[in-house]
Amino acid sequence: MELQSPAIVMGVSGKPAELLELKLVLGDHVPVIKRFTGGGTVIVDEGTIFVTLVCNKDAVPQVQPYPRPIMSWSGTLYDEVFRGIADFQLRENDYVFGNRKFGGNAQSITKNRWIHHTSFLWDYEDRNMDYLKLPSRAPEYRSARDHTEFVCRMREYMQRPAFVDRTIKALEAYFSVQPVSSEAAVNGDPQTTTTTEFIPSTRLVSEKELEDAFASTTFERMAHTVRI
Amino acid sequence: MASRLLWASRAASLLRISVPYRGFASVIKDLKYAESHEWVKVDGNSATVGITDHAQDHLGDVVYVELPELGTEVTQGNSFGAVESVKATSDINSPVSGKVVEVNEELNGSPALVNTSPYKEGWIIKVELKDAGELNNLKDADAYSKFCDEEDAKH
Repeated sequence: MELQSPAIVMGVSGKPAELLELKLVLGDHVPVIKRFTGGGTVIVDEGTIFVTLVCNKDAVPQVQPYPRPIMSWSGTLYDEVFRGIADFQLRENDYVFGNRKFGGNAQSITKNRWIHHTSFLWDYEDRNMDYLKLPSRAPEYRSARDHTEFVCRMREYMQRPAFVDRTIKALEAYFSVQPVSSEAAVNGDPQTTTTTEFIPSTRLVSEKELEDAFASTTFERMAHTVRI
Repeated sequence: MASRLLWASRAASLLRISVPYRGFASVIKDLKYAESHEWVKVDGNSATVGITDHAQDHLGDVVYVELPELGTEVTQGNSFGAVESVKATSDINSPVSGKVVEVNEELNGSPALVNTSPYKEGWIIKVELKDAGELNNLKDADAYSKFCDEEDAKH
């Protein structure tokens, strides 16, 4: 299924009523996806670059399979990618140039493996940021800045092929890296595919769910007004 | 210094207190422990399950707990729920097999109980045990403490 662009992707515990400007989202029929990893809400579009690392728990020596060691290791990986390009830092749990975020991270950790994935903000339209509320749980360095003051566009710092090449090169310090077709990436290697049925937990949030969430916020606002 | 820490850890675990500094994690004597860092307290055919002090310390501030439905069958070693901390969801694996008969609803409003009181108010589920023999697969407090030290020393 191909989704239109832009789309909103929320973390596992995200509540649409708290994080989204629902009237706008519903009015513009923006798809809202709930992923299985933690973390916050992002707007993604056809320019967004996704980098996903799926590792066996002992795959990276010296990195314990917990959120902070994995996040910290990812910071050293991307230090190499952006060395000499820009003032890159892992700031709290975000990738920033200076104090502007261009990469958001999320993880999921199971008994034997972990996933760390990043959505890189390649470019964006200012008006797409209007779909998101200012989150109540925000990093300190954000200092209550609104989206357009808080984020930056990666394309202003480097060329897309250069980012891909440098990321592959940085990964090669830890893993042997081979290209695969996107079909193989989605369907897996037929020789090793397990017979266990896989039930994805990432889901599209239905319009009804969003409408119910919007209705509950409207009701709360009305009830509050009446009480005054 | 190291031997003093070791003495303090043994004293703390005997006294069942948790200690502020993070050279080690607290354990409770009468509980059983899984290598995936969950604890179980058995009372007849009923078991209470949570995550250990070591786990909550390594996970960071818990902001959300995904609880199973009542009646869910759990299997020793398999995931039954998750906690969210920092930007991660981390699976919670059941140290016992059986049926979920109670979940800690307090965690919906106060997920941080898992951090502040991992062995008491931060309990996660209660299970009607299917096979008490499986408890032999788990570690006692001392063995689990040692396991945690070895795991941390490796990194």
